[in-house]
Amino acid sequence: MISAWLTQHGFVFLHTLKRLIASPVTSLLSISVMGIALSLPTGVYVLMQNIQNLSGQAGHAPQMSLFLRKDTQSADVQQVEQRLDRDVRILGHQFVSKETALQQLQQRSGFSNVASSLERNPLPDAFILHLQNEGAESMRQLQTELQSWPEIEYVQFDSVWIERLDAFLKLGRFAVLLLATILSIAIIAIMFNTIRLQILTKRDEIEISKLIGATDSFIRRPFLYFGAIQGLAGGAAAWVIIAYALSAVNLELVELSNLYDIQLQMQLLTLEDGVSLLIFSTSLGWLGARLSVANHLWQIEPQ
Amino acid sequence: MITFKNVSKRYPDGYMALNNIDLEVAAGEMVFLTGHSGAGKSTLLKLIAAIERPTSGMIAINEQNIAQLKLSALPYLRRKIGFIFQDHKLLFDRNVYENVLLPLQISHFDNKMIASRVRAALDKVGLLKKEKAMPIALSGGERQRLCIARAVVHRPSILIADEPTGNLDVEYARDIMAMFTSFNQVGVTVLIATHDASLLEDTQHRILSLKQGKLAA
Ligand SMILES: Nc1ncnc2c1ncn2[C@@H]1O[C@H](COP(=O)(O)OP(=O)(O)OP(=O)(O)O)[C@@H](O)[C@H]1O
Ligand SMILES: [Mg+2]
Repeated sequence: MISAWLTQHGFVFLHTLKRLIASPVTSLLSISVMGIALSLPTGVYVLMQNIQNLSGQAGHAPQMSLFLRKDTQSADVQQVEQRLDRDVRILGHQFVSKETALQQLQQRSGFSNVASSLERNPLPDAFILHLQNEGAESMRQLQTELQSWPEIEYVQFDSVWIERLDAFLKLGRFAVLLLATILSIAIIAIMFNTIRLQILTKRDEIEISKLIGATDSFIRRPFLYFGAIQGLAGGAAAWVIIAYALSAVNLELVELSNLYDIQLQMQLLTLEDGVSLLIFSTSLGWLGARLSVANHLWQIEPQ
Repeated sequence: MITFKNVSKRYPDGYMALNNIDLEVAAGEMVFLTGHSGAGKSTLLKLIAAIERPTSGMIAINEQNIAQLKLSALPYLRRKIGFIFQDHKLLFDRNVYENVLLPLQISHFDNKMIASRVRAALDKVGLLKKEKAMPIALSGGERQRLCIARAVVHRPSILIADEPTGNLDVEYARDIMAMFTSFNQVGVTVLIATHDASLLEDTQHRILSLKQGKLAA
């Protein structure tokens, strides 16, 4: 029984593939339409991923400065350091003693006189923290947390840049969602109509199958397969389109990288994201077909 | 096996196609149904396969009341029946082999048996050499035989034939009748509707005759 079931599905699958191949122009056209539609939100998504990656890279990682109380002893400093070590949100830290800070100040032109004229070193010990970029919200939370440590006088954090990036990414994510929603509806509508036309041309086959004992699921199956397979192909087309577009952009970036002597390369869609795209597009095709079948099949009753 | 009790059928346009039919066909029986054009032969046969539903009365197949059958149960009733339609209902975009294959696919037959079953059915009606042909390329008699092959390939317990010899010359018609007799001999219940009186001249089987929707004695 299971083997009969498998045979049945295998047969429908092959039959559907044959049907797609039998009308190559039509199939390619609808697959391209789906591919282009899907590549828009996916493309924006990849762009966002890249911007986020870029901003998270070393050198671009957000920094926070901790100024310790003037009366801290070296034991206190060590304690603070240990605590910083334990915090996973902090990628790295760097201790700047008040002596080093004064030296640095003296080395700066224009300040050397001022510095040497001071009787006592007015500068505090400090830590510079390199942080994992997890958005402005969690950074500010970290800031308040650190501020409450008794050894710490003041935490300085410039959140403007982070906030801008945050807002930009939020906007980007919204755009992805909006594009994805609109284009998904469009794809479902296209599939709905494609299947409607197919049902019309297969009227006889459907009617006869019903007359000789076909269940509804038997009759639905080839249309659902058609929708799913075309959805899958559309998703694959989108993946290819994005891969091509990104490698074209990367080619341009090579020149730019050479000019500015920095490493700039767009990451392609990850395997995980790509597979998600395929699953999503397959479901869209299936859903469009399912809705269409539900709407049109019952109208064909044999007599 | 097949029971009709007070069955009437009124079509949506108000026409009374069958009027108070009582009928009993035993398992393994072969029965002819005759009557003028429009007498209601096709309507009666369609009621058995629940292609049309009765307006009133009770129809039972194997003691199962099919008037109360749910839509989802219809396919399983129809798989017990081999139906040869008056208007053939062949698939013209599939070849002879694929047309006969359809009932087996619908009933989820095992793949290994499928090919031999289809060929056996085609062999029985003498179409084995034409399995690759498209229905459009078949003669009237060949198409009729293709319909028979498709109706018997899944070995139904009931075989219903609506004008299986319509428009065929006498010789072809006798051939086809011989086929039905051989199916009946292996235990299949057979119902044949025909207005071809010549077929009924020397039969020993029961003949039911319909007149304007009523069974005549
Ligand atoms: N779907 C329908 N809607 C309305 N009237 C119908 C329908 N089908 C059949 N009829 C009418 O019911 C009557 C019986 O039709 P039916 O097809 O059962 O006759 P028949 O005995 O099979 O005739 P024939 O020998 O010509 O095939 C006819 O008068 C026909 O016009
Ligand atoms: Mg008729």
